Amino acid sequence: MNAVITVLGKDTVGILAKVSSECAKVDVNILEVTQSVLQGMFAMIMFVDISKCTVPFSQLVDSLTASGEQMGVKIHVMHEDIFNAMHKI
Amino acid sequence: MINSHDILETINMIDNENLDVRTITMGISLLDCIDSDITKSCQKLYDKICRYAGSLVRTGEDISKEYGIPIIHKRIAVTPIAMLAAACPGNDPVKFAKALDKAADTIGVNFVGGYSALVHKGFAPGDYALIDSIPEALASTEKVCSSVNIGSTKAGINMDAVAKMGKVILKSAALTADRDCIGAAKLVVFCNAPEDNPFMAGAFHGPGEPDCVINVGVSGPGVVRAALAKAGDCNITEVADIVKKTAFKITRMGQLVAKEASRRLSVPFGIVDLSLAPTPAIGDSVAYILEEMGLEQCGAHGTTACLALLNDAVKKGGVMASSHVGGLSGAFIPVTEDAGMIEAARSKALSLTKLEAMTAVCSVGLDMIAIPGDTTPEIISGIIADEAAIGMVNSKTTAVRLIPAIGKKAGEELCFGGLLGNGPVMDINRKSPARFISRGGRIPAPMQSLKN
Repeated sequence: MNAVITVLGKDTVGILAKVSSECAKVDVNILEVTQSVLQGMFAMIMFVDISKCTVPFSQLVDSLTASGEQMGVKIHVMHEDIFNAMHKI
Repeated sequence: MINSHDILETINMIDNENLDVRTITMGISLLDCIDSDITKSCQKLYDKICRYAGSLVRTGEDISKEYGIPIIHKRIAVTPIAMLAAACPGNDPVKFAKALDKAADTIGVNFVGGYSALVHKGFAPGDYALIDSIPEALASTEKVCSSVNIGSTKAGINMDAVAKMGKVILKSAALTADRDCIGAAKLVVFCNAPEDNPFMAGAFHGPGEPDCVINVGVSGPGVVRAALAKAGDCNITEVADIVKKTAFKITRMGQLVAKEASRRLSVPFGIVDLSLAPTPAIGDSVAYILEEMGLEQCGAHGTTACLALLNDAVKKGGVMASSHVGGLSGAFIPVTEDAGMIEAARSKALSLTKLEAMTAVCSVGLDMIAIPGDTTPEIISGIIADEAAIGMVNSKTTAVRLIPAIGKKAGEELCFGGLLGNGPVMDINRKSPARFISRGGRIPAPMQSLKN
């Protein structure tokens, strides 16, 4: 089961490190990362495998959302099915 | 692999354009709760709703969190209560309303629909008692919604019921005059009422439905408007294409939520209702879509054409995205629930006559319109008859949800707060249809009904 983590906001040092360490703590494996910085705005999209996640998915959502708030960026964690449903026929 | 543009588009729709699933509505049949003892019947009804829908709210919240999609409402629709009332004559059906309200409180849903009667061809036992009790039921409960079907393409229009409903609407408003007449906002009069509509206040669980079913209503006027704004000055064919593509995406999301809810609750999936349902929030307005198409303000000449295009394109886009489509499916135009409609009604760009024309091409009818408190019941019945005639002849659902603003005149305001919104009292034509309404009887079904 895969999920998509997106991070949007003002670029600061250590965003990627913080998100990946949060993932590692709960056995969430990072499959692919794309990121871009446009005019100081940071956008990162991370595909992760959550099948071995040691905490319930909702808890992962909460902890990442909270760390996003600490860093002043917006973090969304969503099941990949939503994107498949909306953008693939 | 999903591309990053698509991911960011979805997130932008949710964060900035008010994309949401408007409602997960569980339909529950109460036919096995019928009992000649009304107290027993109420207990059975309460037990069954709590048993079936006990985890509805939690499941909705779980899905919402996992997929990152706001799911605004979780609701219940039940078998028309007139069918239960038929078995216990001489009792006050308001007891059923109170049992429904209590069940809604226990399971945590915000509305329960089905305090209803289907009288399009005539009154059966239970129907009179239920219809007469509607004003009190709506005044003495918080979460119960009521609807009455008074006509259909196949049956014609029951003019006795039309006459009765004019009085019932007025009384529902009068009994709740201290609460901005909210009773009338929870009452819908239908022609061609769908049996699987997930949207309130008109939801009920039709007699042809299974024991229990999950129906989902999608929304997303803000998303459609933003997509049109991005496209700029394209021609109207392209406008229709953009609406279709956007409706497809919105509906796919609804379908996913519906399937997931159905799986987790072990309840069959019924339908997805492809609707653009506005809220009073800025940016979540159907009127703004029409204005984005090029109208100075909603209500201007051209409004009906724009709405027809919108309504049709929403269905065309949505129908391929879902395995079962049903309910009302189209664009809603509830005046007090739509920021753009409220502004248009205030500035008098939008009149009741224009709204009536719009209902010929939208998904429902005259919805959430405040009228002067001194309107006579006959005039309200006249409005219902007109609206029902549009539905009957065009083989579509039409509905009337009018709120007589007791003690207020045209131009003053009603404020319900929350999703029901607020808005100005609109002016009406005062010429009397009293003699027509007092004739009673039934308008025969039109030629369109003879399709066999």
